Amino acid sequence: MKKKIFIIVFVVFFGFILPNKSNAYSSDPKQFISEIVDETKKILVKTNSQAFKTTKLSEMALETVDIKGIGYYTLGSYRKELSDDQLEEYLVLFEKYFLKSFTSRLTDYSDPKIDVLSAEVLNPKYTIVKSILLATDKRPEVKIDWRVYTKDPNKPLIRDLIIEGLSLARTQKEEFSSVIESNNGDITKLFTALKKFVNK
Amino acid sequence: MIRKIIYISIFTFLLQTSSVIAGSTGSEELKGISSQDTAEECFEGFSRAMFEFNLDLDWAIFKPIAKGYRVIPLPIRKGTGNTIDNLRSLLTLSNNILQGDFRGAGNTAGRFAINTTVGILGIFDPAAHLFGLKKQGKEDFGQTMGVWGTNSGCYFVLPILGPTTIRDSVGLVGNVFLDPVFHITHNSEIHNGLLGNDNYSEHNYYYYRGTSAVDFRSKNIESFDSLERNSIDLYATVKSLYLQERNIKIANTQSSVETQDASDWEEIDTN
Repeated sequence: MKKKIFIIVFVVFFGFILPNKSNAYSSDPKQFISEIVDETKKILVKTNSQAFKTTKLSEMALETVDIKGIGYYTLGSYRKELSDDQLEEYLVLFEKYFLKSFTSRLTDYSDPKIDVLSAEVLNPKYTIVKSILLATDKRPEVKIDWRVYTKDPNKPLIRDLIIEGLSLARTQKEEFSSVIESNNGDITKLFTALKKFVNK
Repeated sequence: MIRKIIYISIFTFLLQTSSVIAGSTGSEELKGISSQDTAEECFEGFSRAMFEFNLDLDWAIFKPIAKGYRVIPLPIRKGTGNTIDNLRSLLTLSNNILQGDFRGAGNTAGRFAINTTVGILGIFDPAAHLFGLKKQGKEDFGQTMGVWGTNSGCYFVLPILGPTTIRDSVGLVGNVFLDPVFHITHNSEIHNGLLGNDNYSEHNYYYYRGTSAVDFRSKNIESFDSLERNSIDLYATVKSLYLQERNIKIANTQSSVETQDASDWEEIDTN
């Protein structure tokens, strides 16, 4: 009897709950973005508290955004100059920085209305999903393209948001590069700036 | 006359400094039509100081005005924005022609004719809603020079006018000469030696430009606040966004695939 219960629990947990967790989002890039948009809308309803929004958006980002990939990208050629320990420290810091920045940017929007329009496959590794953030009385309509990383076709991940043609990842990369270069190539100054941002 | 001399002096100064490359902030090649464009700094220290000055000015003057403008009901703001865009389209038309974009010129001219008449001086946009002539991007002389193949030159920040490059600052001067609204409001010389006409209607040009700036700022209050809050180097962020935007406008495309260089992504594999 105990064995049966164990098997049932095992099957339910590993056969249903875990795969459901990792397959919570569609593997089709357009559908994947639609699901993220729907989830974001639910999180950002006015009645939800700021703390709730931040927690839920962070959880969603950890599941759907390739934070590590963006971290590497934003370091540019500097990533080749870092020791393993420095790289590890950077990735930990970057994740904190990214989540804080990501949630702060998104929580500015209440009840956003986004229409997901189409998807364009660039190559087996990338698909661009096009969408529109509808206008409100405070801001005009905004075109948002999502660069989706599809190397693992079963688990697409977001790598960049391109807003009206302006890449957030690229902007971030140039910002980081500026901090490093204006400190004579001292990458630890970037770490300091990131820590300052995370702790403010 | 004095103003003409100032323009020519600025033009000459800018051409002379086009080879000045100093500073270090985030230089990177852009993809597409401006593939030779770089983001080298002309004089980073000066630019950063001007950037701070502009931020202070924005905080003290422009942002409060833009917030006040928001109090006006949306239909009135929208009508004002449409009217300004309609007038601004005359400069776009001149540049459409200079770029050899005659299809774009046709669209711009058609929109202007319809919106000025049926759309009551541009307040409404029947050209898009009734005639299918969709609004296209604005064009200026800096973009035209970009289309002709002129490199951006180095980047710097002007007081009040904000981020620019050598090419775009020359373009600012060119815009004055190409903008029919400027010429309509500045159609004669008067005896005090300044450019302008005897009923001072040139003031209308500056009201038009000022309203345009306020309208733009009011549409971007939250976006800029967010940018300020989430940047570790706001100067570099604004520079990156400015250069990316100019690249898109010169390429005359809405497709991020055409303007974003994805090569740096290719070597990053995380799964």
